[in-house]
Amino acid sequence: MRIPQQVPRLALVLVLAVVGLVVARGVLVPDTFGDVGHYRAAALDLVASHPIQYAGQQECGVCHADVAGAKAEGNHRGLSCEVCHGPAAAHTNAPMDVKPVVPRGRGQCTLCHAYNPSRPTGFPQIDSVAHNPRMPCQGCHTPHAPVPPVTPRECSACHGQISTQKAVSHHAALECTTCHEAPAEHRENPRLLRPTKPTSRSFCGACHAGGLADIPQVSLDAHNSGYLCWQCHYPHHPEAR
Amino acid sequence: MTDSRALDSSTEAPTGAVPVARRTFLSDLASACAGTPVLLGVVKIGDALAQDAPAGTYDPSEHWYGIGIDVQKCIGCARCVVACKTENDVPPEPHFFNTWIERYVIRNDGEVGVESPNGGIDGFPPIEDPASVRRTFFVPKLCNQCENPPCVQVCPVGATFITEDGVILVDEEYCIGCRYCIQACPYGARYMHPDRHVAAKCTFCYHRLRRDRLPACVEICPTGARVFGELTDRPTPLARFMRFNDLQVLKPNLNTKPKAFYANMDYEVS
Repeated sequence: MRIPQQVPRLALVLVLAVVGLVVARGVLVPDTFGDVGHYRAAALDLVASHPIQYAGQQECGVCHADVAGAKAEGNHRGLSCEVCHGPAAAHTNAPMDVKPVVPRGRGQCTLCHAYNPSRPTGFPQIDSVAHNPRMPCQGCHTPHAPVPPVTPRECSACHGQISTQKAVSHHAALECTTCHEAPAEHRENPRLLRPTKPTSRSFCGACHAGGLADIPQVSLDAHNSGYLCWQCHYPHHPEAR
Repeated sequence: MTDSRALDSSTEAPTGAVPVARRTFLSDLASACAGTPVLLGVVKIGDALAQDAPAGTYDPSEHWYGIGIDVQKCIGCARCVVACKTENDVPPEPHFFNTWIERYVIRNDGEVGVESPNGGIDGFPPIEDPASVRRTFFVPKLCNQCENPPCVQVCPVGATFITEDGVILVDEEYCIGCRYCIQACPYGARYMHPDRHVAAKCTFCYHRLRRDRLPACVEICPTGARVFGELTDRPTPLARFMRFNDLQVLKPNLNTKPKAFYANMDYEVS
């Protein structure tokens, strides 16, 4: 018996569809698609072939060992050279032809060291307007191993947020050293040696439980005796009126 | 041709012409169908043979990258943003960022303000009414390089993908610029490149990783707020960072499994 006429036609259609699929796949699917995952493996090389702009910390010390050595001892030891000197890959490729920038004005240092209340407490910050205006930072500070040239005259040189808050509080007249003892080395290695805080309730009680006029008074025995005063009250901006 | 084969089969089995013809046809059909995958596979096999690439010293399957960010160390200098734009040819205009710095200002009444003027490059304006500020801090943001990335799921052509070493990349020659991934990213980490008209994003500086260098933002961060490393057993700075900090990820409820881990971060940050 003959095969019905529609079967060879359907078979032809099937063959054409299969051939069409193979051809279309060959044309549409990119060369390396699916070699590694559901993407073009060649794209990895495309991304990886992007040129480098920042050479990296280890490259600089190869030639500039003296500066790198000085920097490794100072407070800027964690900084990459390219933070201040800009991208230097071109310089490492052609040291004589391309020179990195050498910032000398006040603008570069204040990017990090200008006072900003959102910066973490204790990070060295200055008020750029009040702090030796129009003097270049490098007149007093060595950028590769910075230390304050003299003991900061006041704590607000670094603790800007605390000092601005204290200035408008009832504690404005108190010196920082009334409550804190700062070791001398705290001024050069601020995070290594920290100032002290009052450790007893009687310290605050000298004023606030001593019966002095015009000062809020509490009973040290009755008033939350399990805590130090500054565990509830913020002494730089006390809320009591 | 089909006629002669039908006649042949009918002569071979004269008693039941119809069943035999059907059996022959079905077996022919089966063999034809069996050949289809082979035909389809020819392209793939050919590719695989052609791609027998020389094995370099870098084996992506040995790595699984992640980043740690210590919010308490960020000083908001935005050197990372500048470095990233320089390193990766990100357009200098605002609104195109692979990484950017946000400033959070939390008021005494609980109101949370977030701003990132030009990614933080030009600094941040003074805070209004400073007396009402309860806390304020900077948060560096970047692509979270999710283990379960929504952007990859929505790409209709497979132009964005997660590599074997855990980095989400964009194939710029294959991206059709449909912007689905930009909408899918819950972290706002993608943008449309204005010149190349493809989706662009943080690559963890993949070209630097391949050359044994840190990402530009990590290299440049002056306070060590960014810690780069691996989530494998390999000892990297990230291992110590993750051991000694209480960690958070952004929007954990979305199950994207970010590989950017934040330390010392307020719950207000999202």
